[in-house]
Amino acid sequence: MAEREQIKKPAPQREESEVEDAPATSVQGEELKAELDELLDEIDEVLESNAEDFVKSYIQKGGQ
Amino acid sequence: MAVPKICGIETEFGIAHTGTEDANPIAASSLLINSYLSEVERTGEGGPAAGVTWDFEDEMPGNDIRGIAPLGSLAPEIETHLVNAVLTNGARYYVDHAHPELSTPECSNALDVTRFDKAGELILVRSMEAAAQVLPPGQELVVYKNNSDGKGNSYGCHENYLMARSTPFFQIVVHATSHLVTRQIFTGSGKVGSEAPGLTTAEVPFQITQRADFFEEEVGLETTLKRPIINTRDEPHADARHYRRLHVITGDANMSEVATFLKVGTTAIVLAMVEDNVLPREFRFRTPVQAMRQVSYDVSLNKPLELADGTSATALEIQWDLLDQARKYADSHGLDAVGGPVGEMVIDRWEQVLTSLEADPMGLANQLDWVAKYRLIQGMSQRHGLRPDDSRLAALDIQYHDLRPERSVAARVGFESLISADDARSAISDPPTDTRAYFRGQCLKRWASSIVAANWDSIVFDVGDEPLRRVPMMEPTRGTVDHVGQLLADCDSASELLSRLREPGSR
Repeated sequence: MAEREQIKKPAPQREESEVEDAPATSVQGEELKAELDELLDEIDEVLESNAEDFVKSYIQKGGQ
Repeated sequence: MAVPKICGIETEFGIAHTGTEDANPIAASSLLINSYLSEVERTGEGGPAAGVTWDFEDEMPGNDIRGIAPLGSLAPEIETHLVNAVLTNGARYYVDHAHPELSTPECSNALDVTRFDKAGELILVRSMEAAAQVLPPGQELVVYKNNSDGKGNSYGCHENYLMARSTPFFQIVVHATSHLVTRQIFTGSGKVGSEAPGLTTAEVPFQITQRADFFEEEVGLETTLKRPIINTRDEPHADARHYRRLHVITGDANMSEVATFLKVGTTAIVLAMVEDNVLPREFRFRTPVQAMRQVSYDVSLNKPLELADGTSATALEIQWDLLDQARKYADSHGLDAVGGPVGEMVIDRWEQVLTSLEADPMGLANQLDWVAKYRLIQGMSQRHGLRPDDSRLAALDIQYHDLRPERSVAARVGFESLISADDARSAISDPPTDTRAYFRGQCLKRWASSIVAANWDSIVFDVGDEPLRRVPMMEPTRGTVDHVGQLLADCDSASELLSRLREPGSR
């Protein structure tokens, strides 16, 4: 996640006192990973079995 | 003071007819909606008014806020021959451009819009179930709440906001553009790849929004071709001397309630601030159309956008500035125009989301669509070692928006909910109580057989013994439960209502 680490400092015109820093989430890293794994298991089960055909056949008319 | 920001959402859904070789999207959309209408007529719950059709009398989508439409601009066409129903919750459910489309009733605040948007999803789910009853075995209609098929075809999720006619349109253009371009960081529903000409999945493996690829102009009348960031359709569906309706076409359809709530809530506040002329700083992009895509393509959220004055700012910085102004506005003017306490809720959530986007965007996987989808796409890529252009990722993208509860991916990511199941269910049949949608919905509930047609700003009654009678509703803030609740309760028939309305000072 190199992209996340590059995030800039807050805008200069913002009043720092108004916003508290979000708590670091790295402590819960393992838990989050386990939760994501479980979610991916569940999603693997409901996903269309033939992804290529499914994607090819999903064609819509342009609308607004 | 800003006029009340009466608002609503109209969503065009993707539709697939599976199990048949000769699927036709217009026929499928008609079947979907007609099945629903028959089902509610049969069961008598969530009733649309049987036989009540949409009244096109006052539709003028070719009118341009700037006056005469420029040569070569394409005014939207009205398709009057397709299914077009008015529901008792005040919504409109119809076929448009080969898609089923549902417009929420007019709401007074962002939380109500979110509630009726959720009810809309339930209506589409019931429609799919009803259609399954009449289709041959093995066939199914499947509805997707997304905005693109991944092949360059897009369909919209539009928002509408009531504005004062007196507000100079160029002021709306400047500030609405800066908000619409930068709000994408929380309104986006996420997309695998890009559909902009010349860009490949290698260059844009994932982007924040479904829609940014499809905008080509800064200001204009079109909605289906050469889409503009600011749409100039001038069709207020209200007293045109006092009001205009800002038709916002840039947004994504959201699965997340928080995203819908923030999309509508922050935009209503920004527009109220424009009306009250309190925004001191103008963020004019050097190239707004490119800025729109740049924001969508930048999942790092840190690339500065070039401004016309030679300086630059990130989308987050511009959002922080707008939020700061909103806090000051709440203190100086109050938030009555955007739903009072709901406006406060919007500002608090806005701040919490910007804070997280800055510190740890992935922490918003239970609140924002693009974050939830990005997390799944990354997780699945890593798990199976997939390249960005693998069909399984594109399939996951589409299926994220599948509205079938047993197939929906979005329903499984654990989104925070703002609307209780009961509130969403009752909004299938009950209108909002604090806009004119109340009058429309209640009349349809009580006297559908005496109503021949309805639209946003009128109802046409046929009570048999006199000519058809049109009751105008040109003021979106009237016709509320406070205003007409007693009157409706006192009337035993549509005929009685019409005679009471004739009495001097009755409306």
